[in-house]
Amino acid sequence: MTDTDKEKHGKKMQSDGKMQKIMTGYYIDAKTAGETGKKVAWITSGGPVEPLIAMDIIPVYPENHGAMIGASKMGADLCQKAEEMGYSGDLCSYARADIACSVVDGGPIGGLPRPDMLVCCNNICGTVMKWYEVQARYYNVPLFILDTPFSHTKYTDEAKRYVQRQVEEYVTFLEGVCKKRLDRDRMEEVGRLSVEAQRLWQAVLDTAMNKPSPMTCFDAFFHLALIVTLRGTQTAVDYYRSLLEEMEQRVADGIGAIPNEKYRLLWDNLPIWYRLKWLSQKFAAHDACLVADTYTSAWCMSLRYMTDEGNFLDSMGEGYARAYLNIGVDEMIKIVLEMVDKYDVDGFVMHSNRSCKPYSLGQYDIQRAVQKERGIPSVIIESHMVDERSFSESQTETRIDAFMEMIGQKR
Amino acid sequence: MITAGIDIGSITAKAVVLSDDRMLGSKVAFSGYNAQQAGKGIFDDLLKELEMDASSIEKIVSTGYGRNSVTFADKAITEIICHGAGAYYLNPEVRTVIDVGGQDSKVLTIHSNGTVKDFAMNDKCAAGTGRFLEVMARAMESDLDDFGPLSLRSGSPSKISSICTVFAESEVISLIAKGESRENIIAGIHESVASRISSMARRVGVKEPVMMTGGVARNIGVVRALERALGVSIEVSEFAQVNGALGAAVMAVNL
Repeated sequence: MTDTDKEKHGKKMQSDGKMQKIMTGYYIDAKTAGETGKKVAWITSGGPVEPLIAMDIIPVYPENHGAMIGASKMGADLCQKAEEMGYSGDLCSYARADIACSVVDGGPIGGLPRPDMLVCCNNICGTVMKWYEVQARYYNVPLFILDTPFSHTKYTDEAKRYVQRQVEEYVTFLEGVCKKRLDRDRMEEVGRLSVEAQRLWQAVLDTAMNKPSPMTCFDAFFHLALIVTLRGTQTAVDYYRSLLEEMEQRVADGIGAIPNEKYRLLWDNLPIWYRLKWLSQKFAAHDACLVADTYTSAWCMSLRYMTDEGNFLDSMGEGYARAYLNIGVDEMIKIVLEMVDKYDVDGFVMHSNRSCKPYSLGQYDIQRAVQKERGIPSVIIESHMVDERSFSESQTETRIDAFMEMIGQKR
Repeated sequence: MITAGIDIGSITAKAVVLSDDRMLGSKVAFSGYNAQQAGKGIFDDLLKELEMDASSIEKIVSTGYGRNSVTFADKAITEIICHGAGAYYLNPEVRTVIDVGGQDSKVLTIHSNGTVKDFAMNDKCAAGTGRFLEVMARAMESDLDDFGPLSLRSGSPSKISSICTVFAESEVISLIAKGESRENIIAGIHESVASRISSMARRVGVKEPVMMTGGVARNIGVVRALERALGVSIEVSEFAQVNGALGAAVMAVNL
């Protein structure tokens, strides 16, 4: 590789600045909602946001906020504060950080805007129900819970009817809080934009199939913010279209995300938000590119089950109910194996996240299946997504180094 | 070709000099506060003993917790790979290595060519490590070197939890207060260590022959408790404690 080649790889993406601007604008809108008369709903990361967008309600995500708290290395203080309030240290660190943040208005943006309502979908975990109940009491606002039955392998007709009935109740709930009717045409337009953004996001992630990959999962963790928060808006569609163009241009120019991609890896579980830079440098030093992950692709999962795009409200239920964390381990194994093949990876990095039990339970089974079916090495890193008190640098370093040496020995 | 391996562990530093597949000598010393000094110190001391000059060593590999502090090494390689290489050097038939050191315990399986197939390490807890045994020895006011022989005289090992070193220590103190025999408590401590390590070993999948390495392999009580827990016999070489350094010297040959 020539020096010029080295320079062109690992280059910062142009879209990074654009994303920061959009997110800043979004949080300013949300924080000034009281002055503009807009309503604010707090919603779980896997919850159906589209009806909120269609009703002109600003969706706010405590989990996205949790990620920001983690990335700003403010997690430990807030988690500790929650523990002082009486919450167990074994609880989710997003929940602890968010609950504490409400009381002290802490964190990188001085706390989230006060909600007018809470929308909780339990397709990602059970903790969210208690977490949102706590916040509903604290803010004294109405709470809507969308209960998505666990779909081990199938989505039964009963489950379908059960979820569908709740989607209708969800609309009634929003209409009650906002004192206005849902515009069904607008709803379909938002649905169309949501599906389009999901397709574009999947296409962005798929550019990592190229060798070298134009992006790493660390890039995906960053660019994920809009598909989570503004799914269903033109802003998200425009952003991902331009991000896709940038990735395709990088592929055309042969630009890799890391200077010398020798090994390709798959990441499992949430990011370790306060250690993203350290981890990305650690792997890059081994010429290893984490090309894909099971986490960021979860926001385009509903594409698999979107049977009737023209009727979003009636067909979104299955996609939400069959989210990655609401399916059985056998189904997860299928998805992971598909990703191993699709992105042609040499190894599997699993973050055993003490903070997220539904994501971490079953990891040993998935690890065994991947080793058996594809024969690629894997490593487990024990940590926490937000609470940096649980991270041990030297232990993590030894595991990663040994794992990379193992992959090297295999070659 | 003459190579050296230096293993800087959390409690002890180890060095080995190897000449064309023959071990010329080895040394163990406390790591102390300064890992860099520990590496230099033990290497110089071993060379002095062997009446050799540093210039006669062609390649050096460092390993262990302080591997990156050994600035004069040609390469740093993790203890996982090195323990595999060391065990393979001692017995090429070995397929599982259980290494229990000062602050880490790990289980690795190795391919027939000596490369590592898979590994598991203890998580952020000292239970199931040498440090756990040190804490217990202090609570028992016993010399750690006596732990092995004493435990073999136990008729009924005490039940001691394996979840946490601090909790286990307070359990031990309450057993002492109840007048439980030293032998039974120590045997219980070994079973606690063994239960922690055996569940990790099962996760990776134990394939015989099994070798135990690391400083804790010198404790016959732990070895026997592990054999019972896993239902396999475990071989321990006389070089168990320096196995990581030996593996590092072996890895240095192919640099």
